[in-house]
Amino acid sequence: MIIAQQKPIKDIAAMVSDCRKVALIGCAGCVTVCLSGGEKETEILASAMRMMRRLEGKPLETVTFTATRQCDPEYVDALEGLVKDVDAVISLACGVGVQYLAERFDKWVVPALNTNFIGGSRVHGVWEEKCGLCGDCILHKTGGICPIIRCSKSILNGPCGGSQYGKCEISKDVDCAWQLIYDRMKKLGRLDKLMEIQPAKDWSTSRDGGPRRAVREDVMIG
Amino acid sequence: MRLQYSPNVRIVEMTCSGNIDHRVILNAFEEGADGVFVAGCMEGDCHFLKGNIRAKKRVHAVKKLLDEIGIGGERLEMYNLSSAQGSRFAEIADEMTARIRELGPNPLTGVGAACCGCSKEGGAK
Ligand code: SF4
Ligand code: SF4
Repeated sequence: MIIAQQKPIKDIAAMVSDCRKVALIGCAGCVTVCLSGGEKETEILASAMRMMRRLEGKPLETVTFTATRQCDPEYVDALEGLVKDVDAVISLACGVGVQYLAERFDKWVVPALNTNFIGGSRVHGVWEEKCGLCGDCILHKTGGICPIIRCSKSILNGPCGGSQYGKCEISKDVDCAWQLIYDRMKKLGRLDKLMEIQPAKDWSTSRDGGPRRAVREDVMIG
Repeated sequence: MRLQYSPNVRIVEMTCSGNIDHRVILNAFEEGADGVFVAGCMEGDCHFLKGNIRAKKRVHAVKKLLDEIGIGGERLEMYNLSSAQGSRFAEIADEMTARIRELGPNPLTGVGAACCGCSKEGGAK
């Protein structure tokens, strides 16, 4: 899922300091799971902002709603009536949701979250980055451990000389991805696979090719 | 045991302190409460094992938020006591009342609209 975290409330409040009525729109997708922009977080933010503004002597009226997904036009369309008479829309979705709202409505749309990475939850309350969205997955060559995002240098024939006692040279708290890959391949009895030298990766499938688009003709309607 | 404690304390019963939601606490302040204390069971004695530990973490998070928005985190506190400690409850109620008296009324009192300004539209579940 996409992992995002809320911006400091003062920063969010500053973006709408000149507004009298705002809609806070949560998203029931990834940001609900990573506890940053679901129904609960939306209501907490709304309540906190109302109190903040009352203390400033500039009361803020809020409307809250949690969309099924903000990254899907059909759910964004449904928000029309809700945002009609607000001065601004605060989106608690990832950057994708914010953009879908901004594209759809002629409104001042602002982000309440910082979109951090795609990953998963290690334990409740701890999320970690797992994929760098390279567009040409090579996990079958690396024992299911991504060297693109989990190796600080994204090297394909690791480890580098900085790998020490299983840790990456950037920090003693970060595992060396290539040590993990080696250990895993050894356990699987596939060390021979690591002997193949990986050629330079074609990054055109990644961000180097500009913004990407995926199309599935067979599921398109109309 | 009929104990006296500050009459200004209003009790909101919850099934477990672990059921406390950030929104319940914020709502109390938004509606004008001067202070809130969460009374959970003794640590290690939770019927649901960790409810009171979770409550403590949530209370801590809301204290931080109250500081950020200018209400003041010191208006919120978590206490642990068993349901058999009636006199301790009365003591805490008095202790908290004294603390809040010192701090004065909820800073929201007398500012802004009578209605909090919210308008909730349900949403996707
Ligand atoms: S190899 Fe590429 S697609 Fe696969 S997990 Fe790593 S970054 Fe993601
Ligand atoms: S120490 Fe390991 S994870 Fe860090 S940059 Fe080198 S190979 Fe990558």
